[in-house]
Amino acid sequence: MTTPVLDLRGVAYAYPGGHQALFGVDLHVHPGERVALLGPNGAGKTTLVLHLNGVLSPGAGSVAVSGLPVTEENLLEVRRRVGIVFQDPDDQLFMPTVRDDVAFGPANLGLRGAELDARVLEALEAVGVADLADRAPHHLSFGQRRRVAIATVLAMRPEILVLDEPSSNLDPASRRELADILRGLEVTILMVTHDLPYAVELCERSVVLSEGTVVADGGTRELLADGDLMARHRLELPVGFSI
Amino acid sequence: MGSGPGEHLHVEGATLLHRMPAHVKLVGMVAFVLAVVAVPSPAHVVLAGLLVLAVGLVLATRVPARHVLPRLAVETPFAVFAVVLPFVAVGPRVQVGPVSVSQTGLTAAVALLLKGTTGVLAAIAFAVTTPPRDLVRALQHLRVPDPLVLIASFMVRYVDVVADQLRRMKVARASRGFSARSVRAWPVLAAGTGALFIRSYERGERVHLAMVSRGWSGRMPMTSPLEATGRDWAAGLAPALVAALAAATVMMVS
Ligand SMILES: Nc1ncnc2c1ncn2[C@@H]1O[C@H](COP(=O)(O)OP(=O)(O)OP(=O)(O)O)[C@@H](O)[C@H]1O
Ligand SMILES: [Mg+2]
Repeated sequence: MTTPVLDLRGVAYAYPGGHQALFGVDLHVHPGERVALLGPNGAGKTTLVLHLNGVLSPGAGSVAVSGLPVTEENLLEVRRRVGIVFQDPDDQLFMPTVRDDVAFGPANLGLRGAELDARVLEALEAVGVADLADRAPHHLSFGQRRRVAIATVLAMRPEILVLDEPSSNLDPASRRELADILRGLEVTILMVTHDLPYAVELCERSVVLSEGTVVADGGTRELLADGDLMARHRLELPVGFSI
Repeated sequence: MGSGPGEHLHVEGATLLHRMPAHVKLVGMVAFVLAVVAVPSPAHVVLAGLLVLAVGLVLATRVPARHVLPRLAVETPFAVFAVVLPFVAVGPRVQVGPVSVSQTGLTAAVALLLKGTTGVLAAIAFAVTTPPRDLVRALQHLRVPDPLVLIASFMVRYVDVVADQLRRMKVARASRGFSARSVRAWPVLAAGTGALFIRSYERGERVHLAMVSRGWSGRMPMTSPLEATGRDWAAGLAPALVAALAAATVMMVS
């Protein structure tokens, strides 16, 4: 048995306001897996994601990344290992040019000069946007910005890529191109999504989070074929789509 | 995203000013403007000479006049003030054509116009030849504290995003029959401004989250340092030196 990339045990969390968002979540993701995290609005998916790199720390339970516990002193290494791509690329791309933005993460890890340049180029090539390096992020199309956002995280050579709603706001062609890119990456992926066909297409395994607990974990096709489960947790396939 | 404020200020080019490292240019520009301001007001001829120098700098950027001239509009309030000055200032009066104006007011007004225009031209020569990215790097080089550099860099990055949000809110208001014609519209506009502020604040929190997630620890990494040779510094500071010598000469003579 390999060490899981993500190992969450009994993770519970309440926001400072008192709202309890997670009630003891157990989740294991193994190297090379592509896992979809499904669940209705307000289920706690984003809250869970923020635990993976220590932005939030659990009120109870523990999180470990490839065996390394997520604690204050491991924070920088944890953040290198777990690359989170947020939903709105405008939040993720905050530097004046694409190049500077992709360099931001590796530079924080101490890379400089030629090594840094090579890392930036490698990440941009992985998502097919090397030609955009000197452009300003706000002059890019939404699809391009989403790809660059992924590159900013890939540049840190993470062990797991965590994507929050990667297919949202993309036109069908960009959506398909992104799927091809994600499928081509040799990295473990955890993908939060409401786009169930996308989950079917990309992830063999899915985890359903509802009201702060994991209510199902298994093959994506099997889960989505379970009409009862789907209805109970407000999950719906698009009209006309069948497994 | 459309065009927002500040978008087309920089113009690509390969002139001496374009190639000069941004931090050298920035120091040179600020020093030049300070020296021009230090020239005593009555020395109109010297000030005119420095204005010609500033015009020369703008010409040296090879940026088309139609791009430069509209930028001069920022000077308008000062120009208006300058025009009013001779009429309202006190002291001995002189006859200019049919009207009688204040002598000191007139001197000050002409000096204000000359200095103002020179300063604006120098700033334009800097802005059209410096990409926003280099401006940020220049500030970093000049040891401006990180928080200030970040504020400048985020402003460059997000001014369009916020302007776009504002535009969408306007459209949303207008689509529901709102028009800001009377004082009664003010509460609505105030609420809109508040909403925009909150959205920007929340955006700030999310950006911070994204920065922290990529290993940010409070220090801005200097990724691609600017390099300047002694010759760059000599060229960059030359206009400031000319202006400083002019100012010193005038002060000593008078
Ligand atoms: N900063 C916060 N303070 C207080 N409560 C919050 C905060 N952020 C989220 N919550 C609450 O926690 C619960 C889980 O929110 P979360 O954002 O994790 O849901 P989600 O599964 O990501 O939903 P969505 O699919 O809409 O993105 C929700 O009830 C939400 O209202
Ligand atoms: Mg969410």
